[in-house]
Amino acid sequence: MKTLLSKPWIWSFLGALVVFLATIAFTRGVGTGGILTAALSLAVFTVIVGTGQMFVITLGPGNVDLSLPANIGLASAVAMKVMDGNDAMIAVGLLAALGSGLAVGVANYLLIRLLRIPPIIATLSSSFIILSIDISYGRGLQIKPPPGYADFTNIQIVGIPILAFVTVAFSVGAAIVLSRLVYGRSVLAIGQNIRAAWLAGVPVERVRFLTYALCGALGGITGALLAGYFRGASVDIGNEYLLSSIAVVVIGGTSVAGGKANVPGIWGAALFLVLLLTMLNTFGVSPGLRLVLTGLIIVGVITAAGGQKALR
Amino acid sequence: MSLGSAQAVGARPINWARLMRALLPALSLGIVVVAIASLNQRAISYLGFTLMLNLAIPIALATLAQMFVITINELDLSIGPFVGFVGCVTATWLHDSPLLGITVLIAAIGVYVALGALIHLRNLPSIVVTLGMSFVWQGLAILILPTPGGKAPEWLLALMGFKPPFIPMPIVAAIVIALVVHFGLMRTSYGAVLRGAGGNGQAIGRAGWSLLRTKMVMFGLTGLFGVLSGLALIGTTTSGDANIGNGYTLLSIAGVILGGGEFVGGRVSPVGAVIGALTMAMAASPLLTFMHVPPDWQVAANGAILIIVLAARVLISRKEANA
Repeated sequence: MKTLLSKPWIWSFLGALVVFLATIAFTRGVGTGGILTAALSLAVFTVIVGTGQMFVITLGPGNVDLSLPANIGLASAVAMKVMDGNDAMIAVGLLAALGSGLAVGVANYLLIRLLRIPPIIATLSSSFIILSIDISYGRGLQIKPPPGYADFTNIQIVGIPILAFVTVAFSVGAAIVLSRLVYGRSVLAIGQNIRAAWLAGVPVERVRFLTYALCGALGGITGALLAGYFRGASVDIGNEYLLSSIAVVVIGGTSVAGGKANVPGIWGAALFLVLLLTMLNTFGVSPGLRLVLTGLIIVGVITAAGGQKALR
Repeated sequence: MSLGSAQAVGARPINWARLMRALLPALSLGIVVVAIASLNQRAISYLGFTLMLNLAIPIALATLAQMFVITINELDLSIGPFVGFVGCVTATWLHDSPLLGITVLIAAIGVYVALGALIHLRNLPSIVVTLGMSFVWQGLAILILPTPGGKAPEWLLALMGFKPPFIPMPIVAAIVIALVVHFGLMRTSYGAVLRGAGGNGQAIGRAGWSLLRTKMVMFGLTGLFGVLSGLALIGTTTSGDANIGNGYTLLSIAGVILGGGEFVGGRVSPVGAVIGALTMAMAASPLLTFMHVPPDWQVAANGAILIIVLAARVLISRKEANA
């Protein structure tokens, strides 16, 4: 029990559980299954972008990808345009969205590397440019996703969205990459001490390149999935992921100072955030108050779970 | 990479590259003004500048607010919604019952001071705390003013609408603000301590200064300038809107960096930040409109301007390092 409580990710799951119990206490158990299904469906997207963001943040202070929302928006448009409502083009569309995200990630890295711009500003500036490309490219875009694709993103097995299964497998993969693969260990090493990592022979720049490319690619995939789930692309489809991708990483127990990552915590934190919104919605809280409470709870959770050493 | 290592400890001989680096913010502003002048002669006039720099004062104040937290190696991602919140309070309570309005605004600054203390005591990442607070300010703004409206107080309208002789109001205001902050932060001994807390907090702590107090002071100053920015904004736009400040988070960070500030190490420049804010304000829309950049691409152009200036700075810094 003590070892369990010392795990940083346990708190995010406990938080999710408390919020969930409060919700079903309020509804007296009505629609419990529906709440869980909806929460899992939405949490999946946050988990995927959150994982990408986690790898970037783990690289060390100052590393963060602020271009995710624009990236997601563009990829959603690319996926819908390439699929063009045709079931046969689903795989091609997904690949195109992946490529779009990958290109964004590579561009971000080039800005950081060649112009030596701090990642925050580099990804911020690139997000402006991506946003414009998306506005121009996706103008008046009203292509529905192919029926088979929309079904796939919404399909459930005993109330659990199939995407949730896929994403759990993805998270397991991410955890293995992080703890067992040379690449993952290199990310952690760079986050702990970039100079020591470099002296130890870690190819620092290659790892950084791969990490930004990975984060971009995950953003691209999420864009395509969101377009399927919400049955259409839009410029602002990814807006909420700027805040939530960073929030789930930190609430999940990953160190903002870098060098310490936590994959299971992302699931707990994503479920916590989604269930929190569900709870406030079932309580019938007004939009303004909902924002205030969300913010206060996030700050409160971080204060309670925080106390990490050597941050920014 | 650019973080962490204190590259410039101790005095260095002044060289041309370093001078160029210091002048870069002014230079970029100059280029923008020249570009506007060559595209539209009439814009370079008393009225032209007054109109083009319409929103420059709130942007400059928000940029300075951001600069204070950046000085101590933190970042405020909630400054935009905070400016919006202040705007809503200004357009409603400050207009209808000034005493209540003033109390709320002072309390808001108090919240910032408390955040500074919380971030220091619990060693929290400011990015996440302010991210959470951005929800809070946005929510409060919506609660106070669910739909755009309200009215700016008369005295504020009079202040912002003031027309000094010869030099347009925004320019006078920018110079005054920049000088005040410059002397406070760069020329006083406590200002040096505050910057030192960002450069080497441990050393400042060992020297007997309270790091907790420096954080509280700097966050308090951020709150104060955020309030001033919100006031100036409503004085210009005359009515409030919960979303009015949302773009300011990014604009303010960009302004600080354009103005020569660094993310870590307490290396900031108040004068540079104000110039950076003016550059962003002018480049953001007047220049692009004159250049007939289609609205779709104006956002991209903003990003491109930021990248170009930063690229120029890297080139100069590289020269500086070699010299």
